[in-house]
Amino acid sequence: MKVSMTVNGARYEHDVEPRTLLVHYLRETVGLTGTNIGCDTSSCGACTVLVGGESVKSCTMLAVQADGADITTIEGLAGADGELHPVQEAFRQKHGLQCGYCTPGMVMAIVSLLKENPDPTETEVREGIEGNLCRCTGYHNIVAAALHAAATAKAGAA
Amino acid sequence: MIPASFEYQRASNLAEALSMLADGGDDAKLLAGGHSLLPLMKLRLAAPSTLVDIGRISELSYVREDGDALVIGALTRHRDVETNRLVREHAPLVAHVAGQVGDPQVRHRGTIGGSVAHGDAASDLPAACLAMGATFTAVSPSGTRTIDSSEFFLGFLETALRPDEILTEITVPKATGAGWSFQKFNRRAQDWAIVGVAALRGERTGVSLVNMGSVPVRASAVEAALAQGADETEAASHASDGLEPPADLNATSEYRRHLAQVLVRRALEEARAA
Repeated sequence: MKVSMTVNGARYEHDVEPRTLLVHYLRETVGLTGTNIGCDTSSCGACTVLVGGESVKSCTMLAVQADGADITTIEGLAGADGELHPVQEAFRQKHGLQCGYCTPGMVMAIVSLLKENPDPTETEVREGIEGNLCRCTGYHNIVAAALHAAATAKAGAA
Repeated sequence: MIPASFEYQRASNLAEALSMLADGGDDAKLLAGGHSLLPLMKLRLAAPSTLVDIGRISELSYVREDGDALVIGALTRHRDVETNRLVREHAPLVAHVAGQVGDPQVRHRGTIGGSVAHGDAASDLPAACLAMGATFTAVSPSGTRTIDSSEFFLGFLETALRPDEILTEITVPKATGAGWSFQKFNRRAQDWAIVGVAALRGERTGVSLVNMGSVPVRASAVEAALAQGADETEAASHASDGLEPPADLNATSEYRRHLAQVLVRRALEEARAA
């Protein structure tokens, strides 16, 4: 079946089997391997991407369901000049990662969270990343990064 | 993990979905948000020959008032139920429970109708519907019928929906200002409830249980005890009357019985205080 979608601003059109998962389409057909596959059972959140600006686990969505959608992956966050997205920059500043495997999904989940709730409390951040597992950090610096990104955006807007 | 092959059809409206479902034969399944069905298909626990994708039928995503009731379209996503002003005002239990399903990513895709039609004893929204006294509207080529939530869940992942029917609406009696509580006990974030309790106390009293049997159930013995004037502790002692809670990795059957009593008491107390 033919699907066409916008991924990080570029238009793609491919013929896919209906059972193709969005994450496999993004990694293997479009060639964007920044989105990781972790548990493959919609638990860990490593495969989180934005569909229409909202976080979604791309291992639990068919590519055909995303036909016509606007997708953003981790590769689509930084500016064309390489300037990091504020959430990416906050991860760097606060050292919000260790091995890095969960990081693309974690960053996408936080981008979506901050869009829905630009000024979250620490508890709201922790609940907001409930769908993303990290086996290294104990989450402490990830939460700090999310709060830092929110504070930076607030300061920028003021 | 990739699902077994299937034929994919996309419906653009309800009439088209009904005819695709009828033409798909016994093995056809409806796909809405896919957050119950796709995991089962990936594990090959389900392998429908045809998937009828109803996820784009926008006419089935809405919340509207209808006199003393709220009517929620079956394809309204959990996130939209959680944040909807009308639901928060008139059925805060339902809004809260929608916000407890899975995690944010799941709530961006999963739908209330999908959760109800899946009929999983471990899922949260069926319990909220039972406590609220919701009714479900199902449409088939032969007409429309209304099914009471207390007569909807028949067996393990089995509901009163016939193979040619599509669940289109969830009607929830308004409970504006009523006391309510949802107790979800699990060991880790985003886990299913080991036991959950939804309680409503106001003009209507409703108490229901998550994961206390093969279907989402009302705690009828608790409701009856309250009606006869029992206090919360006494009423809660009947939480598992007549039920056979499952035993699994997380809990034995006895542990679930005990947990149900504790959680029902907490739910009743919180719903009273509210």
